[in-house]
Amino acid sequence: MSGNERPPVLKVQDLAVYYDIHDGGLLRQQVRPLKAVDGISFELERGETLGVVGESGCGKSTLARALLGLVPPRRGRVLWLGEDLVGLDEKALRRKRKELQIIFQDPLASLNPRMTVGDIIAEPLWTFYPKIARVQVEERVRGMMKMVGLLPNQINRYPHEFSGGQCQRIGIARALVLNPKLIICDEPVSALDVSIQAQIINLLKDLQRKLALSLIFIAHDLAVVKHISDRVMVMYLGRAMEVASARHLYRRPLHPYTNALVKAVPIPEPGRRRRGAEETGLRGDMPSPMNPPTGCVFHPRCPWAVKRCELEVPPLRRMAEGDWVACHRAEELDLTIVKHAPGTV
Amino acid sequence: MKSSEATTAGVGAPAAELDPFEAALHLGDVKGRSPWEDAWHRLLKNRAAVTAAIIMGVMILLVIIGPWVISWDMDYTDWDHTQSAPSFANGHWFGTDAVGRDILVRTLEGGRISLLVGLVSTLVSLVIGVSYGAIAGYYGGVTDRVMMRLVDIIYAMPFMFFVILLMVVFGRHILLIFVAIGAVNWLDMARIVRGQTLSLKRMEYVEAARACGVENRDIIRRHIVPNLLGVVMVYVTLTIPQVILVESFLSFLGLGVQEPMSSWGALVSDGAQDMESAPWTLAFPAAFLTVTLYCFNYIGDGLRDALDPKDRS
Amino acid sequence: MPLLEVKDLHVRFETPEGEVHAVRGLDFTLEPGEGLAIVGESGSGKTQAMLAILGLLAENGTSGGQALYQGADLMAMEPHELNRHRGRDIAMIFQDPMTSLNPYLSIERQMVEVAMHHQGLSRREARVHAVEMLRAVRIPDPESRIRQYPHQFSGGMRQRILIAMGLLCEPDILIADEPTTALDVTVQAQIAGLVEEVVQRSGMAAILITHDLGVVAGVSDRVLVMYAGEMVEYGTVEQIYRSPRHPYTRGLIDSVPRLDRADDDALHAIPGNPPNMLSLPSGCCFRDRCSRAFEACAEAPELRDAGDGHLKRCHLEEAP
Ligand SMILES: Nc1ncnc2c1ncn2[C@@H]1O[C@H](COP(=O)(O)OP(=O)(O)O)[C@@H](O)[C@H]1O
Ligand code: SF4
Ligand code: SF4
Ligand SMILES: [Mg+2]
Repeated sequence: MSGNERPPVLKVQDLAVYYDIHDGGLLRQQVRPLKAVDGISFELERGETLGVVGESGCGKSTLARALLGLVPPRRGRVLWLGEDLVGLDEKALRRKRKELQIIFQDPLASLNPRMTVGDIIAEPLWTFYPKIARVQVEERVRGMMKMVGLLPNQINRYPHEFSGGQCQRIGIARALVLNPKLIICDEPVSALDVSIQAQIINLLKDLQRKLALSLIFIAHDLAVVKHISDRVMVMYLGRAMEVASARHLYRRPLHPYTNALVKAVPIPEPGRRRRGAEETGLRGDMPSPMNPPTGCVFHPRCPWAVKRCELEVPPLRRMAEGDWVACHRAEELDLTIVKHAPGTV
Repeated sequence: MKSSEATTAGVGAPAAELDPFEAALHLGDVKGRSPWEDAWHRLLKNRAAVTAAIIMGVMILLVIIGPWVISWDMDYTDWDHTQSAPSFANGHWFGTDAVGRDILVRTLEGGRISLLVGLVSTLVSLVIGVSYGAIAGYYGGVTDRVMMRLVDIIYAMPFMFFVILLMVVFGRHILLIFVAIGAVNWLDMARIVRGQTLSLKRMEYVEAARACGVENRDIIRRHIVPNLLGVVMVYVTLTIPQVILVESFLSFLGLGVQEPMSSWGALVSDGAQDMESAPWTLAFPAAFLTVTLYCFNYIGDGLRDALDPKDRS
Repeated sequence: MPLLEVKDLHVRFETPEGEVHAVRGLDFTLEPGEGLAIVGESGSGKTQAMLAILGLLAENGTSGGQALYQGADLMAMEPHELNRHRGRDIAMIFQDPMTSLNPYLSIERQMVEVAMHHQGLSRREARVHAVEMLRAVRIPDPESRIRQYPHQFSGGMRQRILIAMGLLCEPDILIADEPTTALDVTVQAQIAGLVEEVVQRSGMAAILITHDLGVVAGVSDRVLVMYAGEMVEYGTVEQIYRSPRHPYTRGLIDSVPRLDRADDDALHAIPGNPPNMLSLPSGCCFRDRCSRAFEACAEAPELRDAGDGHLKRCHLEEAP
């Protein structure tokens, strides 16, 4: 699926975002860094979809915002078509925003309640083409609405008059109206009913194919990501644990954390009783990113942790078949868990 | 509250013979219902608020037109009827005070001043408070901290003392009352608006606008201010009676408007002195004042319920 | 006698656009110790049905019907009488853990007051009890964390605290409204397991509300599927998952994204959107989204027994 020779559209190198946390008593105020994203690197090709999975608070949304320059990174580079976006001034960055767009998690909250659907979708157009004629804007907006499966005659309605799934379609139309090349989807279906989730995922997939978009698709649910991604990056405490092709990841995860995520996916079958903590193999909660564990950040929760894991940070290493993993014991562990029904590939 | 939802066909929809989506493409535009319209409808359903608004409307009309229509002047002394009880016979419907001035005209004229003070001072605090609060909230960081610290400092000053000081230094001028009250009331407004802006700023639609490259001033204009309006409107309706009350209090202390002008507060103050011999000199202005205060409060409450229906449960 | 018996429950809302009939004649029973899952898309009336039973509807809402708790009709009770049952006999946990906790009070304050009020414990006893409950829901280091404020906990922890609060008075019925929807899958699995565990240990009955059939398979005995304010299917977990008899249930099962299936391309979606409760389609409400609709569906289907107490509201004879 991913041709290796084409230059990537997006190349991220050692990206890190820290938030300053003001902390301490009244007298002795301390500023401590919260390492939300800490050294993420990846590449994305034209037309490719990268899934990003991890628990909330692991830095997925921060990563998305940093890629768009909505939060300033502490270090690292974001090369968009060869040009570094980090360090660009507000104006230059604004121009780039035509090419990179974002879709948010909460479909209703991401739409201004006092604007009509038509105005919401048209806002990026007004911003970049202030002189464009009204009729043209309207025509374009109606076209977009139709493309995302909304009835164009609803153009004068307000967000609260639509259901969650429809609001997400509006958000998608707004993101697409400027013909971007990359769309970052920050948990676009987490707030939707499962029955509607599938609609939105299928829509995004259709649009991607039709418009040759590159997608970064963020979710906390591996099962959701599976259906849309070519490759998947698993994040934990601001770091990448594994970057692997979707097929490999689900058949044989390389990292114990990926394994836990795979096991957490609920199975709608009565025989398969789940027993939360024990069965996912995850002990306890995610530690605070304010003071991440030493060595492998996953070691306090990892069932396979050994002494070495406490001491040494495992680097993200390239494994067979072009997959990457950050675990000392990746070779020894056999985490094959996903059994397929006979007769399927 | 969910409401009428449009039907769309899902992308994964099975191919039906007559695709309702295709069919609907040729329909005319549907009209939307804006949140304002919704709020308006809810407000109209609120009996207390509507009644209060009607009474207030009548009151304002009376206060504007009344003094023209009534044959007495407010400072005309009718020596034939000093301290006359309310009477249709002598034409003093609300009676007269100790020097024979008509209470009806004085109440209406006083109402002009009281309402004017209420409106103008609130307007002053509105303009200062909203811009100050929105800027502090939107830009945040150091700007915010400095601006709000200043508010805290002014807040800590004893307000009455401050007003009295101004009066003593500059003399009693009506303009000064507007400014003095407005200049203090904006502090609350600034705080409220800042808080609201802070939470609006974190809304995803503001972030979405930033991600689309919309400029700061357009974000404030298109996304922040319209969504602040509701809170501000409620606060304004609740500030007006508060200001009227403060003015009355000042007048009662003898620091308010000066003769021959008058306000409800000044009239109540005068009336209180003759309370035993001529209770009507107190009763009528006091009644007008009270009714006005109640009305504004009911309207404010109605607005709040109408604009924020989530609060109901 | 069943623990809770709901008969012909109706909920209506007055809105500027007209009357919304959000729950349209719901009947179900809950036995002691039973786990019941109520499943449906948002807006199908799941939450409002529960709120109506507890007398917590918004001002513009009215309810009708009966909800017999140990034979006493909750819906006919005076507010103060009902108040005695709420929290002590029937506890409800809401979807959003942040808005259900008071941000300005420590967890200790919030829990201790409830325990003192409903159980008549002394402050010290109440505190000990509260810490115990927090430990039961696996809050690490509960003695010191109880002094913290809601914002100092992660979403999953807040939800666990809410469960602990719900359990505080050892109610007979625990109603959990989408307790896992706002959470990560990993935490969802933990919370679902936790609910199952506490329910089994204490023998209380639980009503679990969700839109995701994936979550409840392991944690309930019976499933009630709601659509547009009506029950459209009801049965045991086995019946519902293994042989659903309503096309909507089938759609809900198929739309759960799964890892344990082949990498087939498109996900199954239920087409269209939840119905507009102001103008429901004539005949079967699901008709405009149903891939199996046929002529008979112009007529509204009655609830029918498909064998062994498995109820369905659909004209189809065969399984969809
Ligand atoms: N206060 C209210 N006024 C009007 N309609 C309401 C109100 N509360 C809920 N509804 C409507 O009742 C229906 C059922 O809502 P709800 O029980 O919350 O659904 P669910 O819990 O299944 O998502 C929806 O159509 C919703 O819009
Ligand atoms: S490095 Fe050690 S602790 Fe980290 S995931 Fe691998 S085995 Fe577990
Ligand atoms: S009655 Fe008809 S439309 Fe309704 S669910 Fe059954 S088959 Fe579908
Ligand atoms: Mg609900």
